[in-house]
Amino acid sequence: MQEPILVLAEHLRGAIADITYEMLGVGRKLADDLKAPLYSVVFGKDIVPVASHMGIADSVFVLDHPQLDMPSPDVVAALLKTLIEQKNVSLVLIGGTNVSTGIGPKLSFRLNLPFVNFCRNIWVKDGSVGLTSQLFGGKILSDVRLPGNRGVVSVYPGSFPPDAGKSDRKASIEMLDLRVEESKIIFNKYIEPEAGDIDITKQDILVSVGRGIANADNIAMVEELANVLGGAVCASRPVIDQGWLPLSRQVGKSGMTVKPKLYLSLGVSGAPEHVEGMKDSGLIISINTDSSAPIFGVSHYGICADLFDILPTLIEEIKTHKSG
Amino acid sequence: MDIVVFLKMVPDVVEELVIGEDGKSLDTQSLRMRLSDPDEHALEEAVILKEKFGGTVAVVAMEAPEVEEVLFTARAKGADRAVKLPGDWTGIQAPAIAKLFASLFSSGSQQLTAHTLILLGSQAIDDLEGEVAPYLAEILGAPYLGVVTGIRLDEEKKKAIVMKEFAGGLRGEFELPLPAVLGIQAAEKPPRYIPVAKVRSIMKSARIETVEISPPEIVSGLPVDRLFMPEVAGKAEMLEGSAAEVSARMIEILAERGLIGR
Repeated sequence: MQEPILVLAEHLRGAIADITYEMLGVGRKLADDLKAPLYSVVFGKDIVPVASHMGIADSVFVLDHPQLDMPSPDVVAALLKTLIEQKNVSLVLIGGTNVSTGIGPKLSFRLNLPFVNFCRNIWVKDGSVGLTSQLFGGKILSDVRLPGNRGVVSVYPGSFPPDAGKSDRKASIEMLDLRVEESKIIFNKYIEPEAGDIDITKQDILVSVGRGIANADNIAMVEELANVLGGAVCASRPVIDQGWLPLSRQVGKSGMTVKPKLYLSLGVSGAPEHVEGMKDSGLIISINTDSSAPIFGVSHYGICADLFDILPTLIEEIKTHKSG
Repeated sequence: MDIVVFLKMVPDVVEELVIGEDGKSLDTQSLRMRLSDPDEHALEEAVILKEKFGGTVAVVAMEAPEVEEVLFTARAKGADRAVKLPGDWTGIQAPAIAKLFASLFSSGSQQLTAHTLILLGSQAIDDLEGEVAPYLAEILGAPYLGVVTGIRLDEEKKKAIVMKEFAGGLRGEFELPLPAVLGIQAAEKPPRYIPVAKVRSIMKSARIETVEISPPEIVSGLPVDRLFMPEVAGKAEMLEGSAAEVSARMIEILAERGLIGR
């Protein structure tokens, strides 16, 4: 029998994050394949309601503590280390999200276990745990195996179906009594998203621009396309970081998750952080000069071309069609 | 304030990546290296902080193709010191890189005090661990936060007030005592552009220091079984032809789904 597998449950402002269910789902399968128990742990303040949703795990450990409102990676790593040693856990799954960034490396350092980031798939072959990670912005995949099935794994959001981690079963909850160390880091406050002129999560049609747009002046042409389509313009991170569009238009990991009926991407390479925020759109059409761009992997239709060669014609043709 | 920025070169993913004959690493012949994007933002944030709060900026990088150009560019942007760590660092991974960077402080080449702020890119795309900053913070015993997009300094209280991203545009404000290690996701302004002429001119007046540091015993992590390309073309149906043909087909597809009206 394999030693237990532990999922670090992630939540933000009292709501359980989808990544938690993704990890519980794949964790359940892994635990069954290895004939190992599946544990889940929740650290937080007033957090018991969150724990009750995790009945798919064999045991749910809860540490409810006023100092755990927004714990720093240091504090979480220290608590995880104690729990892992107490419960003899061999494999830990942590969300590859902004909320959990840094916990995995810290834990791996303290436990002297390997850390594997950007994990897209986990499987068991001949009793041995294998992992597939995406590297180089999703352009290359890498397979590794964990010696002794021991390690700390950061699971990339959107890699596993969250529904597989949901269960009606009553969670078997064990309240933990661990000492919470004083953190050097103080959480002051949340900063709410700036209200943009347009809420891109509520648009049926989005035209998205990426690095391929080359400069701010070209945004006007994209605005025109969005106008004739009756949609709005959004963007991937590099365009936002350049200040060419406001933060409220960002799609992806740190920005918005969108599910429009049409997502037309222009010069977006499809880095994993971006794909995470748009992959569930109804219809995805992408124009990119690079035929191997990862965006084509999630698109329904692709056009390998320079967006500037297509756009003027496309805009005119749509106008003609609409007036026809 | 002494700001230290660790920079790392990574393969340029705009270029085609070729898997080497061993099937476990990239073919280095065809690689073009560039400064890791988040590192470029870390450098920008350092220069912004220097402009706002004073102090000095030191940039440090492992030897790699094109790295000197990057270090001179950093000097042109406002860094006061550029340090290269000589050696062949092919295949070195995040935990070992952190050890190497930490040695800069133990070697005495750079001070670590309550006036030191250490910035790195929050993530890198080129190794399995993908994050150097939290490992470095562990070794130095300094507080750490990642995915940072804004910093204010309170020199008197020896602390940094930082903004960290969560999701959906939500951010949080945190305070860390110095010295601290921060993983930068994005600078508060886009990285500045430096004309080539200015870089050329600084190449004549400035120099890059080299600091010899003995390599950590273990440089790589888990052995990679294989590298492979994702099945990219598997899903999208590619539309081909002239701009007019492609446009007509797109309009057809949109019309079929009622996404475009007359």
